[in-house]
Amino acid sequence: MATTYRAPSFDYVRPPELDGGARGSPHPVIIVGAGPVGLACAIDLTLQGVDVLVLDDNNTVSTGSRAICYAKRTLEILDRLGCGDPVVDRGIGWRIGKVFHRDRLAYQFDLLPESGHRRPAFVNLQQYHLEEAMLERLLELGRAEVRWRNRVCGISQDADGVTVRVATADGEYDLRAAYVIACDGARSAVRDFLGLEWKGQVFRDRFLIADVHMQGDFPTERWFWFDPPFHRNQSVLLHRQADDVWRIDFQLGWDADPEEEKKPENVIPRIRAMLGDDRPFELQWVSVYTFQCRRLDRFLHGRVIFAGDAAHQVSPFGARGANSGIQDADNLCWKLARVLGGKSPPSLLESYDRERVEAADENILNSTRATDFITPKSAMSRVFRDAVLDLARDHPFARRLVNSGRLSLPTSHRDSALSTPDSATFAGTMVPGAPSADAPVRYGGRPRWWLDLIGGRCELVLFAHDSAQTTVAEVREMSRQHAETARIWVVARTEADADSLGAVANAVVDADGILAQRFDAKPGTLYLLRPDQHVAARWRAWKPAAVEGALRRVYGIEDDTHDGTQSRAA
Amino acid sequence: MTLTTAPNLAQPDDFYQSLIDAHAGLDDGQSTLLNARLVLLLSNHIGDLAVLREALAIARAGVDDRSEGGLDP
Repeated sequence: MATTYRAPSFDYVRPPELDGGARGSPHPVIIVGAGPVGLACAIDLTLQGVDVLVLDDNNTVSTGSRAICYAKRTLEILDRLGCGDPVVDRGIGWRIGKVFHRDRLAYQFDLLPESGHRRPAFVNLQQYHLEEAMLERLLELGRAEVRWRNRVCGISQDADGVTVRVATADGEYDLRAAYVIACDGARSAVRDFLGLEWKGQVFRDRFLIADVHMQGDFPTERWFWFDPPFHRNQSVLLHRQADDVWRIDFQLGWDADPEEEKKPENVIPRIRAMLGDDRPFELQWVSVYTFQCRRLDRFLHGRVIFAGDAAHQVSPFGARGANSGIQDADNLCWKLARVLGGKSPPSLLESYDRERVEAADENILNSTRATDFITPKSAMSRVFRDAVLDLARDHPFARRLVNSGRLSLPTSHRDSALSTPDSATFAGTMVPGAPSADAPVRYGGRPRWWLDLIGGRCELVLFAHDSAQTTVAEVREMSRQHAETARIWVVARTEADADSLGAVANAVVDADGILAQRFDAKPGTLYLLRPDQHVAARWRAWKPAAVEGALRRVYGIEDDTHDGTQSRAA
Repeated sequence: MTLTTAPNLAQPDDFYQSLIDAHAGLDDGQSTLLNARLVLLLSNHIGDLAVLREALAIARAGVDDRSEGGLDP
C-alpha cells in the first residue's frame, strides 16, 4: 500500500550486560514499551530528575492506524512535558462533531464553546507522528536510555526490587530495577508474566479501519453516520488526520469475514460509495478490529506498575485509549519520583491505583455505553436506538440521547485521598481532584497561558486582596511557612499590582478576570494545585495549618500530631 | 418525588382508547417502534431519573413474576 509516511528505524545496540558489563546499582525505573504512554512516563520522570531505561521489542514507532484523537487535557500534559507544539502544529484541531442518521443531520456538538484556552478540544494526528515528537523530546533531554529490540521475556520481584529478563538477538540478560512501569499495550507481556487476570467483555461486532490518502473536502469535524445511504444498516466514522490522510471506520457486523473485508477489492468500493464521486484516493492502511473493554483489578502490583492499554482497554468510540494512558503517566510520575527520592512513602502510589482505576472505570463505562448504542445487543435495544435517532430529527431532547461516543474528558478525582474537602462554597465544576482550568494571563510582562506556567511541583495560588499591602504581608508569611514544599503564585488584576508583588512571589496578571472566574475566586482565595495540575485544596482565606495539612495529604505523608481533622479545624 | 401509582388519569377510558387507537393498522414491528418512541417522549417529560427507575423496576418486576408463574402454573 502507498504511504505518505516513512517510519524511522532505530539501531539495536548490543547491551553491555551480555559482555559482563553491568550497572552497579539497580535502575530506579525501567519502562517496558516505547509507545505514547511509555514515552510520556520516560519524559516526565526525566524532567523530575529520575534516570529511566526504556525497553522496546521493536525498532520503530507505531505502524498502521491506531490512536488519532488527542484531547485538550492530553495536549496540556504534552505541553508540560515539552512536546505539545509539534503535535498541535502538525495535527488537525477540531471541536465540532456531527452525527448523521440516514441522509440527515441528527445531532451536533461543540466540545469547546468558549475561548481563552491555549489548546483546542481535540487534535487529530497519526500515532506515529506523536511518538516521533515524544521521542525527539526524550532524546533532547538526553538523560534516558532507550534500548530497541530488547524484549522482556520474564519478570520477578522481591521486597527490594524487580528483576527483568530481557531477550535480544544476541542472547538474554537480566536487569534490576527499583520499579517497573509496564506500558506494553493491550497484549501486555508483563501482565502475562505476572499471571494477572484481564477482566471485561468483547463486543460482538467487527469494524473495518482504513487510512485513506486523498484530497477530501469534508470539514475538519468528527462525522459519524448511523445507517447512511452508502453503508446501509451499519455505522461509519470519519476523522481527518495530518498529511491529507483520512481515517474511516466502517461497522461490518459480527458475521463479516475479516480476511475478505481487508482485501482492497472489497474496501475500495465501500470508500468509493462513501465519497460518491470518482476522485482519486490511495489506501494506506486497512485492518479489521473487534472492540474490547477490560481492565486489571489493580494497576499497582508491588513494584510493577501498569499504565495505558496494559492496565485498561476501551473501545475507540470517545477517544479514551491513548488519552487515558497519557493521563495515567501524568498522575503516576510525580508520585513515583517522590517515592524514589524518599520524600513520600511508597503508600503514595496507592493513590495512583485508586485514581486511575476510577478513571478507567469512567472511560470503560462511557465507551461501553457508546458501543452498546452503536452495536445494540438485543432486538429491543435496536428498536430504542432507532427510535432515538428518528426522534432526534425533530425533537431536541432525543439528540442528547444519541451516543456515537462521549469524547474524552479528564476524570475529576472527587473522592481522592489526596484532596482536602472544601470548607467553603465554590461554584463550577473545577472541584478538588479536577485538573486546573487554563486561562490567558500575563507573566514577566508577556502574554502566557496559565497551564504553561505551572506543574511539576505543588503550587499555592493566592488571588490578590484588594489591598496590595495585605497581599504582600500575607505572601511574605506564606513564603516563610510553605516555600519549601510549594511554589507560591499571586494572581493580580493589573500589571502595576503584579509589579509591586513580583518581589515577593511569582505574580501573574489576570487582566480580564478569566482565571478568577474559572477558579470562582474572590480576593484572598487560595488554591493548592498538585504537581499534575489537579486541584488539591482551596480556601476563602489562608490558614497555615490547613495548608500544611493539605500539603501532607497531597504528598501522602502521615503525621500523628496533625491528622486531617485537626488541620481542617485549625 | 416518587412514582404516582394512585389513579391520576382524569379520563381513563379515553386515554386507553387513544393508546389502542394509536396502534391501529400497524404491524408488530411498527407497534414496537411506536411504543419505544412513546416511552422516550414520556420519559423526557417526567425527567426525574429516580421516578423513571422506580417505574422501570415495577414494570420489570411484573414481567419477572409472570415468567416465574409460567413455570409453575
